[in-house]
Amino acid sequence: MNIAPELLPAVADLQDSFAGRFAAVLAPRPNEVYLHVPADLVAGCCAHLYRKWDARLVSLFADDARPAEAAFHLYYVFALDAAHGFVILRAPVSPDRPEFTSLTDAIHAVNWQEREIQDLFGLQLLGHPNPRRCALHDDWPAVHPLRKDFDLHTTLPPFQGVRHKFREVEGEGVFQVPVGPVHAGIIEPGHFLFSVAGEPVLYLQLRLFYTHKGTEKLFEALPIPHGVRLAESISGDSGFAHATAFCHAVERAAGIEPPDRARALRTVGLELERLYNHIGDIGAICTDVAFVTAHMHALRLKEAVLRANEHLTGSRLLRGAACLGGVRFDLDPGRQDALARLLAWLKPEFESLVELIRESSGTRDRLETTGVLKPEVARDLGVVGLAGRASGIDRDLRRDLPHAFYDRVRFTVPVFTEGDVQRRLAVRREEVFQSIAILHQVLAQLPVGPIAAPVGPIPPDRTALGYVEGWRGEIFHWIRTAPGNRLARCKVKDPSLQNWPALSEAILGNIIPDFPVVNKSFNLSYSGTDR
Amino acid sequence: MFNILSESLRTGVVTSGYPATPPDVSPAARGRPVFDWAAWRDARPAAAICPTGAIACAEGAGRRTVRFDLGRCIFCGLCAETDPAIRMTNVCECAVAHRADLVTTAEYRLRADGTQEALAAGPTGPAAPEPLTGVGRELQARVTAVLGRSLHVRQVDAGSCNGCEMEIGGLNGPVYDAERFGIHFVASPRHADLLLVTGPVTRNMELAVRKTYDAMPAPRLVVAVGACGCSGGIFGRNYATCGGVDAVLPVDVHIPGCPPNPYALLHGLLLAVGRLPRAG
Repeated sequence: MNIAPELLPAVADLQDSFAGRFAAVLAPRPNEVYLHVPADLVAGCCAHLYRKWDARLVSLFADDARPAEAAFHLYYVFALDAAHGFVILRAPVSPDRPEFTSLTDAIHAVNWQEREIQDLFGLQLLGHPNPRRCALHDDWPAVHPLRKDFDLHTTLPPFQGVRHKFREVEGEGVFQVPVGPVHAGIIEPGHFLFSVAGEPVLYLQLRLFYTHKGTEKLFEALPIPHGVRLAESISGDSGFAHATAFCHAVERAAGIEPPDRARALRTVGLELERLYNHIGDIGAICTDVAFVTAHMHALRLKEAVLRANEHLTGSRLLRGAACLGGVRFDLDPGRQDALARLLAWLKPEFESLVELIRESSGTRDRLETTGVLKPEVARDLGVVGLAGRASGIDRDLRRDLPHAFYDRVRFTVPVFTEGDVQRRLAVRREEVFQSIAILHQVLAQLPVGPIAAPVGPIPPDRTALGYVEGWRGEIFHWIRTAPGNRLARCKVKDPSLQNWPALSEAILGNIIPDFPVVNKSFNLSYSGTDR
Repeated sequence: MFNILSESLRTGVVTSGYPATPPDVSPAARGRPVFDWAAWRDARPAAAICPTGAIACAEGAGRRTVRFDLGRCIFCGLCAETDPAIRMTNVCECAVAHRADLVTTAEYRLRADGTQEALAAGPTGPAAPEPLTGVGRELQARVTAVLGRSLHVRQVDAGSCNGCEMEIGGLNGPVYDAERFGIHFVASPRHADLLLVTGPVTRNMELAVRKTYDAMPAPRLVVAVGACGCSGGIFGRNYATCGGVDAVLPVDVHIPGCPPNPYALLHGLLLAVGRLPRAG
């Protein structure tokens, strides 16, 4: 078996510690090791990986393998950043006793993921501190959409608007402020219930999954190439990142290596996506503290990036740019010039915007010490991506598990520890400069050759994990292939799902009028969460 | 403060010249596909590669009916790569009032090998798209006449992936600046003349969408945005979605695209205002 040398010590240690209790140890890729463990061993293995190997549980999901193996499988995906690889525990759940034991008390980061499994697979959660519904709203009948015996096109009775019973917060002067699902701005739907005493927020409860569209189930009904287009629609602002993560998973399953030029162009797409989102968000944060001029300048810059996207790939939001085996756009010399011109123009323009914001003491007053996410809270919740880096979590898959062309370019990962809105803005600001530098480096060493590897039918019964550091944070797509160029399962993990609970912590003690700017500073995707 | 002013003076006016100038869209942009219906020899590969079912074939008795639904099209261009009878254009202004006007159908006689011999009927479908010039001026005139220089828009995401929100947000920026037409995005449906709805309507949002519509004063308009808003898009109808916006609300205008760009959105808003009963 071909296990990456850096992962070997952790795998060997687990085997020693739980001698002979693994049903199988498989390494379909050197940095992706599967341990088939009995259910009673999960907690012990997780604790071991967490404490001894500094592993992070980055995705927890179920798979209905009853047709072939007479069991549900639970997958616990651990990233070992220092070892640049993944250890994945697979534990069976018997259909006769469809239940599993919660890890939430020990690993808070899995709270929502466990409840989602309970909702979508009908596996009862034991020992969870708050085992209420999460993915399916209260009025849903007792259906479990991701079970194989549930049909995608099932017609359910229409939504009746059953009121969700939130936790009650009581006390003298305490009152509740419900907001949503339809919000005041041009944003996605979700419900927030604030419990406040005077102005400061005592408690915030989130109710999401309003945009649940059956995406993971739909993946199982589409030919694999169509899945690339569906992946683009998981979170529109991260369309290229999601599509690339999906392609990465499929390519790993099939043993396809995208050519060098394709890997370079993927990096171009990912950094362009980061640029337009970061610039837009910096502007939106300014608008939320009434500095609209800065927002207008940011929208001017963002528009220039979107138009460059259109010129380079045919789509302002990079739709249709990804494909299995590589990409669907090429940079001829004219387009390379166009990109270089954009970067040369953008850098001083963005510096001017940064200066404008820096000079505005009123803006800084509103952003500093607002919406603080403490590093220890961020660690407990497993916060990822730019929000994590603003709270001291020094992780970035581009550096830690290089994909696309990131092993060929030099860049720094900005990290702050204060965890306030100002630092989430600062991470974006620094990453914009890094993105510009990365794009220059890619242009300077753009490999020649094809932009995609040929891809035939994908072999069945393979599993693979694809990953990408999107602008918001790490994106994982895990697939199990089926006969006929189809998927038996596609698990999508958007960074938003991981980061939403952090918003409830960051807002505590802040006033409701600051909620929009705190929320915007995270800018989490509802659609990416709800799928 | 001085720097704020000098920055604004330095950058000057960046607002698009539209409507005096046509939409400033790259020639490389993928917009509405066009079909050489008469020369089309085999629609099956294009139908197979289309991820949303926008191109569909039905066969029977030596005939093939080919249907193209612009309301489902996500402008990915995969069909045009496969089939010389299909070409992508950069035309973005595709909005129509009636859902049926997004659909083109043609019937072919078939050869023994299953390829298309000749057109037997059609193509029947929408007339030429709305003219591209003068849209903004006309919009301004209609908004002035009908609503007294203001069109208040309430946007509702009924289940979108947020791609449409990204482009709608661009309407409020300095480049497209919808406010120059009197188009103003408002916070409450009670202040709104027009409901701009994105996404396939999810089961979880259906009631909220209905309630938002019910909260609007009459006369009111509904505009469905994007492939998902027009038809359900790649999601279609399933256990969690009801399909396009017209499954839940009466829709006055459909704006295709994935997502439609800001010019396409402005074009759709013009059509919608044209459908309001004239005051007085």
